Amino acid sequence: MPRSRIMRFTIAWVALVALAAVGYACAPSGKSSSTTNLLAGDAAARVYVAPGSYDEYYSFLSGGFSGQVTVYGLPSGRLFKEIPVFSQFPQTGYGYSEETKAMLTTTFGQVPWDDSHHTELSLTNGVPDGRWLFINANNTPRIARIDLKRFETAEILQIPNAAGGHASPFATPDTRYVVSATRFSVPIPQADVPVASYKQNFKGTLTFVTADVPGKMDVAFQIMMPGYDYDLGHAGKGPSDGWFFFTTYNSEQANTKLEVNASQADKDYIAAVNYRKAEQCIADGKAKKFGGSYVHNVVDPKTGVASSETKTGVTMLYPADCDGLVYYLPTPKSPHGVDIDPSGEFIVAGGKLATVIPVHSFTKMLKAIADKQFERSIDGIPVLKYEAVIAGEVQKPGLGPLHTEFDGKGNAYTSMFISSEVVKWKLGTWEVLDRIPVYYSVGHIMIPGGDSRKPYGKYLLALDKITKDRYLPTGPEGSRSAQLIDISGDKMKMLLDFPTLGEPHYAQAVPASMLQPTSLKFDKLSENGNPFVTMGESDGGITRHGKRVDVKMIAIRSHFAPDILEGIEVGDTVYFHVTNIEQDWNIAHGFAVFGANTSGLTLPPGETRTLKWIPQAPAVYPFYCTDFCSALHQEMQGYVRVSPAGSKVALMANTSHTAQAGR
Amino acid sequence: MTTQLPAARGDTMCRVPRLITAIASLSLIGLFFLPLWRVQLVAPQYPEGLGMRIGINSVRGATPNDLDNINGLNHYIGMQRISPDAIPELRIMPWIVALLIAGGLAAAVAGRRRVLYAWCLGFFAFGAAGMADFWRWEYDYGHHLDFEHAIIKIPGMNYQPPLIGVKQLLNFTAVSWPDIGGWIAFVALALALAAVVIVMRSSGRGSCPLHGAHHA
Repeated sequence: MPRSRIMRFTIAWVALVALAAVGYACAPSGKSSSTTNLLAGDAAARVYVAPGSYDEYYSFLSGGFSGQVTVYGLPSGRLFKEIPVFSQFPQTGYGYSEETKAMLTTTFGQVPWDDSHHTELSLTNGVPDGRWLFINANNTPRIARIDLKRFETAEILQIPNAAGGHASPFATPDTRYVVSATRFSVPIPQADVPVASYKQNFKGTLTFVTADVPGKMDVAFQIMMPGYDYDLGHAGKGPSDGWFFFTTYNSEQANTKLEVNASQADKDYIAAVNYRKAEQCIADGKAKKFGGSYVHNVVDPKTGVASSETKTGVTMLYPADCDGLVYYLPTPKSPHGVDIDPSGEFIVAGGKLATVIPVHSFTKMLKAIADKQFERSIDGIPVLKYEAVIAGEVQKPGLGPLHTEFDGKGNAYTSMFISSEVVKWKLGTWEVLDRIPVYYSVGHIMIPGGDSRKPYGKYLLALDKITKDRYLPTGPEGSRSAQLIDISGDKMKMLLDFPTLGEPHYAQAVPASMLQPTSLKFDKLSENGNPFVTMGESDGGITRHGKRVDVKMIAIRSHFAPDILEGIEVGDTVYFHVTNIEQDWNIAHGFAVFGANTSGLTLPPGETRTLKWIPQAPAVYPFYCTDFCSALHQEMQGYVRVSPAGSKVALMANTSHTAQAGR
Repeated sequence: MTTQLPAARGDTMCRVPRLITAIASLSLIGLFFLPLWRVQLVAPQYPEGLGMRIGINSVRGATPNDLDNINGLNHYIGMQRISPDAIPELRIMPWIVALLIAGGLAAAVAGRRRVLYAWCLGFFAFGAAGMADFWRWEYDYGHHLDFEHAIIKIPGMNYQPPLIGVKQLLNFTAVSWPDIGGWIAFVALALALAAVVIVMRSSGRGSCPLHGAHHA
């Protein structure tokens, strides 16, 4: 090769390499340059809550496959609490202690886990009132009530004649009802039939649960529906008060490979249910008695002890027997969310495979019903004509619209799962106003009060399903995330990104000022009605009834009394009833016994909790305080002596602590 | 005219000091309901503070649980339990205050200077004795510790709270100060002294300054 050609060749190569290097340097290098620049401005100041200061909002995020609820402050994104609901929670002993284990009772026995999907605040006049939070269990259908004075689960009702309690626990504007609808249609009543007989044998149910009296949740009535998948729901409000709307998909009634087979029809349905008509039909004797067992678990507010009651039979309504009970609104395509705007007029569907966001008009729906604008009828349910009910369609909103919330200023915000963004659009004109990327694959979104009559249109929280490169890797099992977006201006603005626990599907939030005044600091010991409460230092002791041994014990900084127990034998079942007799805010104790086949206990002030223990072998077992309660927490311990069965060791519990410790 | 004896005339009081004396006496009724003194304890873990409210007939917590919580903390240093039942003064003091009220009213109704002087002196003596007694109890609680069972023992350290003012006791800042009943007592005492001063000044003139004539 001549020298000049070698030179040219070399120069060409150098140029190429240089170009490549420049190109590489200019390429977007992950997210570090692109997104941090976008975050410039006052975002940090907007979410900064100074040490000792309080957040503006309490938000309640469902835990998804954790079965629980998490409480985060907004705008800081600080995690305050995980409230155990449907899953055992060894951190506090929920579902393990004798006081709480009944909360997880179902007709299947104790179910120690569930998949909690949607949080719903109790409402008064269609506005969150801060009394209770409801949440559903999807796997073994249940609805729980969380008391927001205590931030604890107070009540759980199982839903009979159902499978997959997904469209739940959305509330009517006065919390008269919360609902649950079957995600999985099944034979109702259950039966051993071929799955291929789906179209003949499988049904769905819509369940209305009375919810306005604490401790008294019960199935008011059920509606037997065609065998589709019922996905989400929302109550009407204002003019549409008295109606409930549920999305359905798989109107194809596929029973295998739903991914393809349930995605064939151009439109599925929103079921519009007139629940006042349901009440009327029941009063008129048009309902039928129907079987089905379910369990109701309640914490007695006096004793703090949960108990279970099994109930049988429900009131069942068939749409064919109750004219005007249910109408189907054709809706493209496999809709997820059905969200009613604050005025109560617009019914927004998140058609997850649709190319538009369809919005129905309640006024037009009533007119279409009056004019009998019916396409056809399915099992006695008239299908209204799409053109007769549609108010408008948001064109080119993005891909995979799932769920819509409102800011109370005439705007709607829809999450786009596939295009991973939140889209802001205008009610009435249906024009897209703004869009913001989220990271990644947003499911539901939440504006405090954003599904109510009076949204607090300041922040929007996007609940994302995938984090990928958003955080440093923590192994194959990563977290989900939430992103806080400022919606107070014309343009949405990303403020904050924080990881979440489990997989939050939906959230609710209210101003902290609504909850702070009523939040309980501690229980009064004098009002502790637990049958095994110990009120004072020297009131504890040990008693035997056959093979059952009850130990009553107090915990106070920094000792247990009694703290020596003897006379227990192998073969006994021992119940440690420990009462924290502290009467001061946040002074908690804990209790654990060496080798116990259960969780430890946390003991908030004034409360009694019970650990059941079956010692396996003669030995001396220490027990101790598991919550660093005081300077002498490490001294807070005791011993249990376990003797062989038939021993002559006398039953003994030393309650002479007063003399020993000068108290 | 039979009552207008010269000796008696020199002992009578005018309307204004009698009124002042009556008000001072009656205001002491408040002591049966309102605390005399407040001791407030603040530590890092007690941002809202723990408080004691000391009255003529009670020692209470500032909130229903404060006294138990103070006692709970005091067991670390071996301090005896603060138990209102163990303080006999709380049963005696209401009678003394009742006596003071009766005495003051008697002075006002009778309009006798000597009764007023005696009452004022008694009031002052009671106040001084009460303060001294309070200090003695504080000394007793702060010094007579159960060292055999005390968890925290610091040689030379005592935990006597201040009679009035601020003092650091380990992690707690103790603030001792009159409460509303205390202020009422101080004002009542000041009124009593004012009545005495008015009476003493008018006694030289032999006539009441505002009315120009004796009542009695």
